[in-house]
Amino acid sequence: MPVLTKEQQDYKRFAKNKKPKPPLLKNMIMAFIVGGIICTIGQIILNFFVSRGLTPGQAGGPTAIIMVFLGSFLTGIGVYDKIGKYAGAGSIVPITGFANSIVSPAMEFKREGFVFGVAAKMFVVAGPVLVYGISSATLIGLIYYLLNM
Amino acid sequence: MKKLGSQTIKFENPPSIIGTGTIVGPKEGQGRFKEYYDLILKDSIYQEKSWEKAETKILKEAVEMAIKNSKVPTDKIEYLIAGDLLNQIVSAGFAARELGLPFLGIYGACSTIAQGALLGSMIVDGGFAENLVAAVSSHFCTAERQFRFPLELGNQRKPTSQWTVTGAGAMVISSQIQNPRITFATVGKVIDMGEADPNDMGTAMAPAAVDTILRHFQDTGKTPDDYDLILTGDLGSIGKDIAEELLKQKGYDISNKYSDCGVLIFYPEQDVHAGASGCACAAVVTCGYIYKEMLNGKYNRVLLVATGALMSTTSTQQGETIPCIAHAISIENL
Repeated sequence: MPVLTKEQQDYKRFAKNKKPKPPLLKNMIMAFIVGGIICTIGQIILNFFVSRGLTPGQAGGPTAIIMVFLGSFLTGIGVYDKIGKYAGAGSIVPITGFANSIVSPAMEFKREGFVFGVAAKMFVVAGPVLVYGISSATLIGLIYYLLNM
Repeated sequence: MKKLGSQTIKFENPPSIIGTGTIVGPKEGQGRFKEYYDLILKDSIYQEKSWEKAETKILKEAVEMAIKNSKVPTDKIEYLIAGDLLNQIVSAGFAARELGLPFLGIYGACSTIAQGALLGSMIVDGGFAENLVAAVSSHFCTAERQFRFPLELGNQRKPTSQWTVTGAGAMVISSQIQNPRITFATVGKVIDMGEADPNDMGTAMAPAAVDTILRHFQDTGKTPDDYDLILTGDLGSIGKDIAEELLKQKGYDISNKYSDCGVLIFYPEQDVHAGASGCACAAVVTCGYIYKEMLNGKYNRVLLVATGALMSTTSTQQGETIPCIAHAISIENL
């Protein structure tokens, strides 16, 4: 980061008081409600598979597939970004949000072609999540394995 | 000498704005100045295959409208001075390809219309042309995909963020004598007060606007009383408050005649957070509302201070602060 002069630091302090604060309480309540609804839908689908004879462990896979489909579908018809505007983290964190983060750049960059557009840009948003998600999961898994040796 | 003080030009034979053309997107068409635009698009893709093609098309058509409204034959238009926000100013270059006019491409981010108008006025007052066009465009969808996120991504915008105007504005600047006329221009310096948040351009740009306004008053000896309206480009609600307060600290109270295109263009209920931005923001307000109300005599002396943030996505990712600029032009009925 560049080093700020005293004048710049003074301006930063002055300007800070002018900026509106994000409505944190409202955002958290909306995230809780919408995130909760998405997870409840997931639970209903999982319970359905269990009721039809799968074990809860086996039902996780098909449930995730359906939730990813729903997230992608709602992105495709232009609804998911509107949900996200109000729900914030409530619709970003569940797996439907992950689907949205991959489908939305794929749609956006289709005009740049299927190779350098769709395929190359598909992971611009989700890429960091994958890299650090997989890396940290591997690391934690390794620690867990070593502790249980 | 046509130069006043350190940064201001006084035009000897003030060039006239003899015609304008404005096109805006549907959201802007629901905003405050809807009666003042020449064309409001029904959808922002405008029957094109990409957002970029749509932006090029509105820029080209705005230039054609301005020329038509000026009643100057196209072959008497000697230069097109144009710019936009996209990498390598492709909207301007591609529109110029269609228009076939001698082309000077410029970049001043959202200040580009004032930069174009002041360069155009220098060319006309200098006797290097009789008629030329200054034009700019911006498009919400091209700007989002270049500077921010895919349109369909379900993220929340910050309360400080601003909404890029979809639109294009063009003005024909001429040596013909008719109102309104461009009488003074103050070329801004690049000011960087250490702001680095690309989702808060108003705070970053306000000091540049203040610097240029102060310099304009000092160079010309004018005071706020010499203007009916002082209009900044796209500071938005936060930047406007800051600029007003900083100017007051320096002894210039402009609060009763000051506004900002970014605050005005949309109604608050249109949910654009801190206001509007983009090259077209200052351009469609100036070429639409201001030009037409100057013809009607509602305003006679307007100081336009268009503001621009000179960063890129690369500079932001590398943690650089945001250098900002503001250029001022006086538009007056003489």
